[in-house]
Amino acid sequence: MLLIRCPYCEEERPELEFRNAGEAHIARPTNIAAESDDDFEKFFFIRANPKGVIYERWRHIHGCARFFNAVRDTVTDKFVMTYKAGEPKPAKLPGAAK
Amino acid sequence: MNAMFRISGAGRLSQAKTASFSFDDKSYTGIEGDTLASALLANGVHLVGRSFKYHRPRGFLSAGAEEPNALVQIVRDDARKTPNVRATVQELYDGLTANSQNRWPSLAFDVGAVNDLASPMFSAGFYYKTFMWPKWAWKDLYEPKIRAAAGLGVSPEKPDPDHYAARYAHCEVLVLGGGAAGIAAALAAAETGVRVILADEQAEFGGSLRFESGARIDGQQGYAWAQGAIAKLKAMDNVRVLSRTTAFGYYAQNFVGLVERVSDHLKSPGRDLARERLWQVRANRVVIATGAIERHMVFANNDRPGVMLASAARTYLNHYGVAVGRNVGVYTANDSAYAAAIDLKKAGVNIAAIVDLRDNPSGPVIDEARALGIEINFGRAVVSAGGKLRVSSMTVQPKNGGGGRTIPVDAILMSAGWTPSVHLFSQSRGKVAFNDETRRFVPGTYAQDCISVGACNGTDGLDATVDEAYAAGAKAAKEAGGKAGKSAKPKVDAGESWSRGMLGAAPGAGPGTTVKAFVDFQNDVTAKDIRQAVHEGMHSIEHVKRFTTNGMATDQGKTSNMHGLAIAAEELGKPIPQVGLTTFRAPYTPVTFGSIVGHARGALFDPTRRTATHGWAARQGAVFEDVGHWKRAWYFPKAGEDMHAAVNRECVTVRKVGGLFDASTLGKIEVVGPDAAKFMELLYTNPWEKLETGRCRYGIMLREDGFIYDDGVVGRLAPDRFHVTTTTGGAPRVMNHMEDYLQTEFPHLNVWLTSITEQWAVIAVQGPKSRDIIAPLVEGIDMSDEGMPHMSVREGKICGVPTRLFRMSFTGERGFEVNVPADYGEAVWEALWAEGQKHGATAYGTETMHVLRAEKGYIIVGQDTDGTVTPNDAGLDWAVGKKKTDFVGIRGLTRPDLVAKGRKQLVGLKTKDPKVVLEEGAQIVADPKQPIPMKMIGHVTSSYWSENCGRSIALALVAGGRDRMGQTLYVPMPNGTIEVEVTGMVFVDEKGERLNG
Repeated sequence: MLLIRCPYCEEERPELEFRNAGEAHIARPTNIAAESDDDFEKFFFIRANPKGVIYERWRHIHGCARFFNAVRDTVTDKFVMTYKAGEPKPAKLPGAAK
Repeated sequence: MNAMFRISGAGRLSQAKTASFSFDDKSYTGIEGDTLASALLANGVHLVGRSFKYHRPRGFLSAGAEEPNALVQIVRDDARKTPNVRATVQELYDGLTANSQNRWPSLAFDVGAVNDLASPMFSAGFYYKTFMWPKWAWKDLYEPKIRAAAGLGVSPEKPDPDHYAARYAHCEVLVLGGGAAGIAAALAAAETGVRVILADEQAEFGGSLRFESGARIDGQQGYAWAQGAIAKLKAMDNVRVLSRTTAFGYYAQNFVGLVERVSDHLKSPGRDLARERLWQVRANRVVIATGAIERHMVFANNDRPGVMLASAARTYLNHYGVAVGRNVGVYTANDSAYAAAIDLKKAGVNIAAIVDLRDNPSGPVIDEARALGIEINFGRAVVSAGGKLRVSSMTVQPKNGGGGRTIPVDAILMSAGWTPSVHLFSQSRGKVAFNDETRRFVPGTYAQDCISVGACNGTDGLDATVDEAYAAGAKAAKEAGGKAGKSAKPKVDAGESWSRGMLGAAPGAGPGTTVKAFVDFQNDVTAKDIRQAVHEGMHSIEHVKRFTTNGMATDQGKTSNMHGLAIAAEELGKPIPQVGLTTFRAPYTPVTFGSIVGHARGALFDPTRRTATHGWAARQGAVFEDVGHWKRAWYFPKAGEDMHAAVNRECVTVRKVGGLFDASTLGKIEVVGPDAAKFMELLYTNPWEKLETGRCRYGIMLREDGFIYDDGVVGRLAPDRFHVTTTTGGAPRVMNHMEDYLQTEFPHLNVWLTSITEQWAVIAVQGPKSRDIIAPLVEGIDMSDEGMPHMSVREGKICGVPTRLFRMSFTGERGFEVNVPADYGEAVWEALWAEGQKHGATAYGTETMHVLRAEKGYIIVGQDTDGTVTPNDAGLDWAVGKKKTDFVGIRGLTRPDLVAKGRKQLVGLKTKDPKVVLEEGAQIVADPKQPIPMKMIGHVTSSYWSENCGRSIALALVAGGRDRMGQTLYVPMPNGTIEVEVTGMVFVDEKGERLNG
């Protein structure tokens, strides 16, 4: 079982308290009704599914109930960091070589 | 009454404490502290099992968890028959009953042994090659036969009566393995004051100190030192010492699963004692001190009972006081077997000869063996073992060929060297590295905060092991926040040390095709099988493993993997690291389902949710159905009524008079705040800004892709307060969906969401008399049609308690839903029931609710929709706000496929024969005479007998359904095709006049 740091509770809690909520940093268009079919497809259906570092949303559903963002390595399953919803994608990851 | 092979003066067990036991219905006597294996050996019993494939007679290979052969069934009673218990691990208790497995009619004469003679037929990959055709034969012929013939043990016939405990634990330092290394590491860590857990799979701590007679630490014999150290650790408040506890799995972030065998070693465990306890430990640092496992020599008939690992024979002697034979041969490629020979010789056992594959080894143990007068043969090999049910001789030849001689023996001790137990390290995702010099895999790159020490780290010698382990324990504790402790490092006065050995097949392992030189005992894999696998094209060790099943048995190749790998590498002409090592997976040793399941079985498997009126309904004789975790009253049969009769009566009574229905399970969410209406506008298709306070509206929620996600009636209690209802099953996900949008997409909205499902009990009162039933109990609410029209909500009191009273209908009749605080639910229900009785109203359950709503064409999300249905498909376009510029799903609704012609639409179906009730899920076709496979144009979503209509009714999703009104379609069923007519969805009161009736 993974330990995940909730950026709101500011502590590590067991994975059982959390639920994954898909890829992060995909903002809903402000005028969504006017989106072209192609743009809507990209927004709603297309996901990165990377091997390696992924930016994704999690919810501390059985805790503070907040949604937040996490950086996770899909190969090692390790959480690199977590940060609050609405905060920008981190420019530099902790422990990154370059 | 002393057992024949018990050596007086040897071992550590008290001869005074005897225990009687039976094996295959024969009675024996052992000593408390024995394992089943040592007790049988003390009685001269070596033959304990038959092998899996060839049914060859087998004895004990080892004295520990790596045992591949000696699997037995332990029987306590009909419900407690544990198969595949390793006799080398099972502790003896008085009255223990054990049986051998995989033999018929008896262990000594086993009909299945014909497989051994026919073994050329059963070569590697046999199953893959043989049972390919004909196709039908697999299910009817091959599989049943194979299952009957295979079988390791028999399952108990009754449910497991034992209980299994579970604990979570946290510590700074977790030490896995309680040999010299683990104890030293635990001592160092414990002295810093941090929380330490030390676990070992054996009943007693000490690991290889149990047999290493030459070890001396802090002035004591090694094993005695270990017991003293454990006593010291147990006395410390910050240390937990767990014996009989196997670390079986190493998971992410230093999360380790351990199973403690609590009572399998007890004569009468008693009901209050768990059988096993699962420990789930999160450790800041883990010290892995899992030791090493001795390998056997691979030569012909190396599986004969009496042929065993040298360290096992030494354990049986030095710990249990048992000699494994009277005239023992030794076959080795490293020094450690010499120590076994020396100990046995000193105990009075004749050592027939030591056969050493090495050319000119030297060292103190060799000198000592020579000094004791033991015959030593260098550069020679045991090419074959004689005997069948027990080894009787060994044939010795120069290793490069030449004349041999046969030496009579009654046991052969083997040692090909030691394999570091890197299982847990590897499970932690650490990468092992091959050491070319010592020819073994040792921990290489670490993936987690752990450290390997001692033999499992490839460290040879007791002195070096204790040094390394003590330092690692201290470092781990310091990194985990421990204070510097007073250093009291154990001082090793004398130790034993050996390394090297050989990997792969020895000269006696073929190349002949009939030679059975076993690599994997439990799965009957020989050196020849590995070679054959390579010749047949298996070039990766993972393929070799699966083709031959090497290392795939319950012992997971603890003794066989390295030999198999070396033979494959030799055959491929590649260095070992290039052929690779198979993946180590949890569990390290077999784990019972009971320990994983723990208390989560029976009533505790899953929570049960009951509504406030559950007790009342149960007293009325209601039949319940499961809806998610909820128990809901399904129907209320009167004496003599079956379900059909009860539902018909309930349906008719509700439309004629009235009925009470518990709707408490519906999800309820309060949406509150200055921006509540704005939020509702975004989450639902309907317009909300203009909904007046005190009015209700049926709302539809979509996903962003435009498909229906949920629905429900929403009441506006105040400009800034909505009481939202959801489907029963959808309540949690709707709440999650709302929170998601509120927190991440619309965080600018000032809204608060609260789940109130369990706070309000809901009693639906439906039917023409519903107002008459409720009105006498209500205070402060004008219940006239003008004062409280259809689709309105009022707050007031009922029976003196607060209520949110909705006027709404899921039946098409005049109806109300009485919300009261859940604690008052049953009392208010009883009051309403008393009023209802005056009018002849009925209580009704979910089945009647379903029929009544289907008569009106009201959909159930999840039954009439399936995640691919739009509001338009469901005939609910009227509920989508046409002037709205945004709501979740607005863009999805205009996707090309969602506006295309020919989409499946919800319609009604009437069978041509009104008595025929369609099956829900049945497929619909336009032409029943078309060839198979037919084109299916839709399916039945809801179907019931309607007593009110006097006929069957159904709803269905049909391609282009609304353009097919009046058409005849067909529902092909196994018993014939059913003709149906496409109709509208409303079967009762099409104009909706009864809502005010």
